[in-house]
Amino acid sequence: MGFSKKAKFKVERDRDRCIDCGVCVRQCANEVHYLDEETKEVKCNATACVNCQRCVELCPTGALAISVAPQQYTNSDSWSVDHMRAIQIQAESGGILLTGMGSDRVMPSYFDRMMLNASQVTNPSIDPLREPMELRTFLGRKPPKLELNAHGEPQNVPPQLEIEVPIMFSAMSFGSISLNAITSLATAATEENTFYNTGEGGLHKDLFKYGKNTITQVASGRFGVNIDYLQAGAAIEIKIGQGAKPGIGGHLPGEKVGADVAQTRMIPLGSDAISPAPHHDIYSIEDLAQLIYSLKEATEYMKPISVKIAAVHNVAAIASGIARAGADIIAIDGYRGGTGATPLRTRDHVGLPIELALAAVDTRLREEGIRQEISLVVGGGIRHSADVVKAIALGADAVYIGTAALIALGCHVCQKCYTGKCNWGIATQTPTLVKRLNPEVGARRAANLLRAWKHEIKEMLGGMGINALESLRGNRLMLRGVGMTDSELRILGIKAAGE
Amino acid sequence: MKRIRIKEQYCIGCRLCEIHCIAAHSTYKYDLIRTFKHEATRPKPRIVIEEAGETCFALPCRQCTEAHCVRACITGSMKKDPQSGMVFNDPERCVACWTCIAACPYGAIVREGTHSKLAVKCDLCGDNPQCVIHCPNEALVFEDVTEEGDMG
Repeated sequence: MGFSKKAKFKVERDRDRCIDCGVCVRQCANEVHYLDEETKEVKCNATACVNCQRCVELCPTGALAISVAPQQYTNSDSWSVDHMRAIQIQAESGGILLTGMGSDRVMPSYFDRMMLNASQVTNPSIDPLREPMELRTFLGRKPPKLELNAHGEPQNVPPQLEIEVPIMFSAMSFGSISLNAITSLATAATEENTFYNTGEGGLHKDLFKYGKNTITQVASGRFGVNIDYLQAGAAIEIKIGQGAKPGIGGHLPGEKVGADVAQTRMIPLGSDAISPAPHHDIYSIEDLAQLIYSLKEATEYMKPISVKIAAVHNVAAIASGIARAGADIIAIDGYRGGTGATPLRTRDHVGLPIELALAAVDTRLREEGIRQEISLVVGGGIRHSADVVKAIALGADAVYIGTAALIALGCHVCQKCYTGKCNWGIATQTPTLVKRLNPEVGARRAANLLRAWKHEIKEMLGGMGINALESLRGNRLMLRGVGMTDSELRILGIKAAGE
Repeated sequence: MKRIRIKEQYCIGCRLCEIHCIAAHSTYKYDLIRTFKHEATRPKPRIVIEEAGETCFALPCRQCTEAHCVRACITGSMKKDPQSGMVFNDPERCVACWTCIAACPYGAIVREGTHSKLAVKCDLCGDNPQCVIHCPNEALVFEDVTEEGDMG
């Protein structure tokens, strides 16, 4: 019984507009569109359609539209079409359900329930087009007291990452995304003076030139890690966990491990790249400290070390431990964070919303008097510049964006990254698909996104009468909660709207 | 002078360049739907995609400095504009002998095919090439080419 073979989407072709030019046929890697040799008309079979919108976007006459298939089962709120389809697929396969990107489950968004403040009458707002506005951010351990030498230069400051916009591109490995996608992000990060992150896939030889805007990652699989790699970037990130799959490792299937990926990851051609769930040498904060200091030794204490964890229930205590283990930056990934492949149930049911995790960590580190010893970077669910501003007001030093950056490159969040057939040339290693993303175009779009958000952040800061991002950081008085319970307000450390 | 330059590493083989070239040279100028639905015989695209395996690229006229088609033309109808450097065919003088088609090493000249048998080629759409404008991946660019970087 092929219950699961039903089409999930409906491809609608307006025959009055379709000119049978075949662009859709040539662009669909899932072979949904085809030319009917008999009638010479372009037709489609939507069974394999993933709703990536490639055909819709490239159709020169706007003849195509994709909608959710009208197929419904019994009108049941408990047994939705998605729940029943999942069971049908598993009844056939006996396997774990895989998916890509971040959770699409309907869950409360705390960002959406927080409102920002603005100046009226009693304090002047600032026009960022007329007056200077400072977004420059330094990430890294801050000394308890600033010492200046005779020339007025700061002394004994631990290594810092200097960014002109409090937004960095989060870790996405070569393998999970294409070299053209990474090149786009690396170029945009360089242009806008921020950072991209290699993820756990090593550093491709063509990307070493972006080193001063690179954060290199060391994950449980240790792929591509050697001394050149560690020294190539401006900072090193130890990846413990990821919001889309807390507590589990990674698996890049052998089909995606072509010559370039194999060389970069330092693994045999065509072999599966398996990242274990834990780091096999880290079973305690003391073990983590050993790795942190090994990396610091290897790079002569010149680079800040970041530790990335998924937001989980005891995140505040864990963050405190990470700060005390000697990390310079802690990166926290919320449950909405994206990925190239993850078990569906883990993605949707494990972890914490980043807003609560961030507030809890910032509060805890302040209470313990160690907030200045570590910078806080959050990711997983940052969708626009207002989310960035709210995250900073909750206490973040900067944010990571992954999905938003990929959307800028063309991604339409179809969640099929794990199939390797990304029609947008992002989550694929197939040469004919990879070339669909021209890195010059990608870099321009990603840089535009950063610039656009930078302008918006300045507008919102100006509205609040603040002329430096530093003055907003952890300034929770600028936030008010709408429709939240007392405990949610307490954890977020904000007042209810109207208070 | 400005020429169409190809970046074959980013050509995705969608053939939108061909489609828009056809519409640009149809009687329903630029109107894709009318061109494809109502034009009795559609003009041939003057830019074509060559494809083999993973490689594909568009082949536009390079407006060669020492153009083989100009030299080969038996009536002097194929000429090079001294100002713009564009190679063009004068339909009044062309006798459709197709020597230019045989002479062009890039296969960039085609038979008109709709109303006549004249040889036609890329006319840069009046310095507004539709193939370049509609290329979704910027694999075609319209830019100034110095004499040193001459492609012809």
